[in-house]
Amino acid sequence: MRANRSLEIGTGLFVLLGFAALLFLSMQLPANGLKFSFKKPAGYAVTAQFDNIGDLKVGAPVRMAGVRIGQVTRIDFDTNTERAKVWLRIDPRFNQIPADSSAAIDTEGLLGGQYIAISPGAMPTYLSNGSRILETQSALVLENLINKFFATEANKSHGSGDDAKESK
Amino acid sequence: MSNGARVGVLELVRKSGETGIFFVRLLAACGPALGRPRLIIAQIYNAGARSLIIIMLSGLFTGMVLGLQFYDVLNRFGATEALGTAVALALLKELGPVLTALLFAGRAGTALTSEIGLMRATDQLTAMDVMAVDPIRHVAAPRFLGGLIAVPLLTAIFTVVGLFGAQLIGVQFLGVDHGIFWSQAQSAVALKDVTEGVVKSVVFGAVVSLIAVNEGYHSEPTAEGIGRATTRTVVASSVMILLLDYVLTAVFL
Repeated sequence: MRANRSLEIGTGLFVLLGFAALLFLSMQLPANGLKFSFKKPAGYAVTAQFDNIGDLKVGAPVRMAGVRIGQVTRIDFDTNTERAKVWLRIDPRFNQIPADSSAAIDTEGLLGGQYIAISPGAMPTYLSNGSRILETQSALVLENLINKFFATEANKSHGSGDDAKESK
Repeated sequence: MSNGARVGVLELVRKSGETGIFFVRLLAACGPALGRPRLIIAQIYNAGARSLIIIMLSGLFTGMVLGLQFYDVLNRFGATEALGTAVALALLKELGPVLTALLFAGRAGTALTSEIGLMRATDQLTAMDVMAVDPIRHVAAPRFLGGLIAVPLLTAIFTVVGLFGAQLIGVQFLGVDHGIFWSQAQSAVALKDVTEGVVKSVVFGAVVSLIAVNEGYHSEPTAEGIGRATTRTVVASSVMILLLDYVLTAVFL
């Protein structure tokens, strides 16, 4: 009876562990799966609105001078301003960020994810829970840049098609 | 065709037929075997719970190696942020199911074959037959079902432990950002990728268990015969796992 019991407990532990792993894989890992988080994040929340957030994702880091100071906790679309609204959670250690600081969306490396870079302002008041970063700079969308580049190139060649010799 | 080759091919065909017939008999016995869940639970414990340590250790180190290797390669393109994506997809779709099945064949498949082989050699299976107890229903089917249930669970554990191993190396030691590691992994993994891994692990579990049980059931009733059957289990399982892995990947892509 004793041995039978420990066998059942061992099997039960194994099966539960296996199903926990399966649940993690199917719910936590895929972006379109369900999600629940257990730990309550520390720090204070700040919002910022962007015209275009590009490929920014929840969980992306917030950096100041390249140092990680927090992360993106939520992304939504604000129907009033027609802009993207991003919630940032800043580490409580960094509680002296000037209120007029600006936020920009930058890309890490060539294929890397995007993050929010904060450049400090000069005001003597600081960002606190619930405050909003007013000055923002949208993500650079590579396709737009390429389109712009080709558009200007096309204009150039049209404008100087015949008088190429003359121009140089 | 030389004589040896002809015998070899004939033996391969005979073995395939033997396994196929045994598979059908096994399936027919699975229904009644489900009525005795205790036998199956004991086999899940034997094949699954006792393989847990080796699976978790292998998963951890596989994940750590993947973290190092992918970091090195991605670093050359300045794209170390994609580490989470690379590791998650590699573990989920390939390494998790395949390595777990190979380890399972070595750890549990051999044990199944030699156990049943010894039953055959000591005439226990024949004794059951004489007592009108179907040995396939009472010996083979519970072991097959136990393996079938255990392998997908072991695969999931392997994959999760591997992910955390890669996170350990990538985030703690190599300095990839924690948030980027997980958000990149999440954005790249779709539910379809998880399904692919699970389907693979179920198929591998069935194949490895079938081969192990069949080899044991049909082993020569001698010490040497059991040894040969155990070797055949590992060889046939490994080849079938890698072959089916290719087929399944092609189907899913």
